[in-house]
Amino acid sequence: MIDDAAIIDARPAHLIACSHCGLPVPTVLVDPANDDQFCCAACQTVYRVVHECGLNRYYELRRELETDRAPARTTGADFSAFDAPEFQQAHCIELPDSRHSIELYLEGVHCAACVWLIEKLPQIRTGVVQARLDLPRSLVSIVWDDDRAALSTVARDLDRLGYPPHPARGGEARAARTREDRRLLIRVAVAGALAGNVMLLAIALYSGMFDSMQDRFATLFRWVSMGLGVAAIGWPGSIFFKGAIASIRARTPRLDLPIALALSLAGAAGAVNVVRGSGEIYFDSLTMLVFLLLVGRVLQRSAQRRAADAVELLYSLTPASVTLVENDELLQAPIEAVIPGAILLVRAGETIPVDGVVNDGLSQVDESILTGESKPVSAAPGRPVSAGAVNLSAPIRVRAQTIGDATRLGRILKQIESEGVRSARVQSLVDRLSAWFLISVLSLASVTLLLWLAIDPSRAVSNTIALLIVTCPCGLGLATPLAVAAALGKASQRGIFVKCDEALTQLAHPGLLLLDKTGTLTEGGVRLVQWIGAESLRPAVAALESASSHPIGRALCADVDMAAAPTADDAEHFIGQGAVGVIDGARLVVGSFDFVQSQWRTHTPNWASLAQHDALEKGLTPIAVARGGAIEAVAVMGDRVRDDAGAALETLRNRGWRVGIVSGDDRRVVEEVTAQLGGEFAMLVGGASPEKKCDIVENAMRKGPVAFVGDGVNDAAALQRATVGIAAHGGAEASLAAADIYLTKPGLTPLVELIAGARRTRRVVFRNIGAALGYNALAATLALTGLITPIVAAILMPISSLTVLTLSIRARTFTREEAPCP
Amino acid sequence: MSVIFIVLPLALVIAAAAVAAFIWSVRTGQLDDLETPAVRMLFDDDEPTEDAQDPD
Repeated sequence: MIDDAAIIDARPAHLIACSHCGLPVPTVLVDPANDDQFCCAACQTVYRVVHECGLNRYYELRRELETDRAPARTTGADFSAFDAPEFQQAHCIELPDSRHSIELYLEGVHCAACVWLIEKLPQIRTGVVQARLDLPRSLVSIVWDDDRAALSTVARDLDRLGYPPHPARGGEARAARTREDRRLLIRVAVAGALAGNVMLLAIALYSGMFDSMQDRFATLFRWVSMGLGVAAIGWPGSIFFKGAIASIRARTPRLDLPIALALSLAGAAGAVNVVRGSGEIYFDSLTMLVFLLLVGRVLQRSAQRRAADAVELLYSLTPASVTLVENDELLQAPIEAVIPGAILLVRAGETIPVDGVVNDGLSQVDESILTGESKPVSAAPGRPVSAGAVNLSAPIRVRAQTIGDATRLGRILKQIESEGVRSARVQSLVDRLSAWFLISVLSLASVTLLLWLAIDPSRAVSNTIALLIVTCPCGLGLATPLAVAAALGKASQRGIFVKCDEALTQLAHPGLLLLDKTGTLTEGGVRLVQWIGAESLRPAVAALESASSHPIGRALCADVDMAAAPTADDAEHFIGQGAVGVIDGARLVVGSFDFVQSQWRTHTPNWASLAQHDALEKGLTPIAVARGGAIEAVAVMGDRVRDDAGAALETLRNRGWRVGIVSGDDRRVVEEVTAQLGGEFAMLVGGASPEKKCDIVENAMRKGPVAFVGDGVNDAAALQRATVGIAAHGGAEASLAAADIYLTKPGLTPLVELIAGARRTRRVVFRNIGAALGYNALAATLALTGLITPIVAAILMPISSLTVLTLSIRARTFTREEAPCP
Repeated sequence: MSVIFIVLPLALVIAAAAVAAFIWSVRTGQLDDLETPAVRMLFDDDEPTEDAQDPD
């Protein structure tokens, strides 16, 4: 979404700020005749619409709130597909009085002022009853009156305000998570209220000890405490018993087990003492324990839930509407309305929505997201194309064969979703520790009991119970959830979404890191890799290619100042071959070597043919540039290695990671990329099918943990199988669904940041566990020697929780980014 | 008969009412999004502007 800005930012005029977004305006776009200046056409459109609607206060609010800056983006689409009955049936909810409601995922929502602008929708469009924005999820819920406004006009308004809408997907999974969250929150509330009330009674009881309380009041308070305590263990606390039973069934020790043990033992002892009418009752400590542990769980869940929501909502960006061709008429229709045999128009730059066969048109198709192959595949009548591939150069008409879940892409996605999240795969650190913890607490308790039975039988039971309470795993239970929840929250601010917290713990140890090539290590798509010849020729080439829609033509225009480029006369483009035109009086031919030969039959100079062979050898595409009959330059085109890739891999190697590349692309291309990256590679595989990638990951996992980084559909199976799957920026829907972690920023720097953050998080977890265990060891020694009574134990207990809480919040795991200063 | 036998159950009933109110607020979705309402309250309730035009 924000990538477009990066191109614009290349040459900013430092003094002029865009009237809409406040980012610098590129020099070429400065309009001296105007008061308002804009960094892009989208900002200009949005600025005009906001003013026309009388919503100027948006800009005041933005100044007051000092919000982040982001350039606007509008698509200018007409959204007529939103009015189709198939679309409304799939995405809208019908309300009484011809009202409907829909959830739309908006691009470009970034700040508090956006909330104000979007929720003003009912004022600028009659017929919209209500618009409510969920800021962290970029989700707007709109209620509109179908008789007075069509959904497409509402969608157009949103688009023109700079928030292109998409029907939100994943609603059911989100609703299920919301229900789960609500249930947990209710448990916390009940546990908190019970703990608070039991504490009040406990204070009265403890002070009554020194102040000779009347027996009948003491008895009342003890019975009420028991009632509330049993309620706390029985309802909110039942979650730990369920976990303990599950852990016994699975024969893996989990922290729920010692918690459940402490709850039941101390609860039973307390109940016996209440009935007996003497001794400690423990219910104050128990209810507080249940409450604090549940708070830890809520914090952890909400951090993970936010990441899952954010990633799933990205699926909404896949196109929801298609252009149908019916009797030579073009018709916008929702994807739900496509039937096999329908003819669709796919324009250059659009994603092919169905599996089918090209009916008409010549173009090139980028299938890298499906196969990992970086070179575009040609599409001609009769050739099959797959859903998910991107049409690059010219419009084509496709006859649909399979749609939706039946497509190759749909089947992969379905399979990944059915396998579900596999968070149980890795046993967590705390769970492993808890086994030792349980054993040592139980043996300490029996030692205490036996010891005191020998010394002073009357104090044996009370000292044993004091030991159990004081070593209650409260701090331990909070240690990991708190550290991880705090880290996940900070990570999501940095554009790193972690869906499964175990993944973060796993990344703290160096292991084998396997990367996909296309789109992960490289930029994905055709770029100018090398220019051999005079630099002064580039503007002329750009001028000739500026009208081209071919990916190579567009790549030749990138990075060239078009304002300084001359104009081309008589430009003629030959699809898949090249272009010819007259620039500054000289005839210029740009294209494949064969094409240039066919135009001129000129002699190819030695250096040019060497460059041509060298490029072909490396799996790249050589382009010849001839002026006035002689080849003057050679442009080598290909998928360019990301600028930060080499340095990022070097940093990771220094941290002990072994790095390997597993690519679906040709082996020669992979070798060329490794030559550019430099350094040592533990594994190099080219031409790997999705199944092979998955096998490679599985084999490697026998020797140790494997992290896999990829972005394509062809990586999805490997992402799911790996110990940790990381989906790179711009990844396909299937890879997002399969991965544990999603990076929203391009390049490999976020990966380095993620791994560094994981290491720091692990250190915080260890520090927390250390503090909790140290406290427990000290307290256990005191209890063993009979130096603390159960009351002192109950007062000391929360101290370990507080220590852990402070340590987690103050820890620096994922450092917050400095605000970018344009 | 001490007043505590009345006040204690009463206190518990009040606490239960507070918990019930919280459960209601959770069930009606008021705690699903904790960020947007915090932002929304910063905006003044300005009058709908009369000169608002149709954006088309």
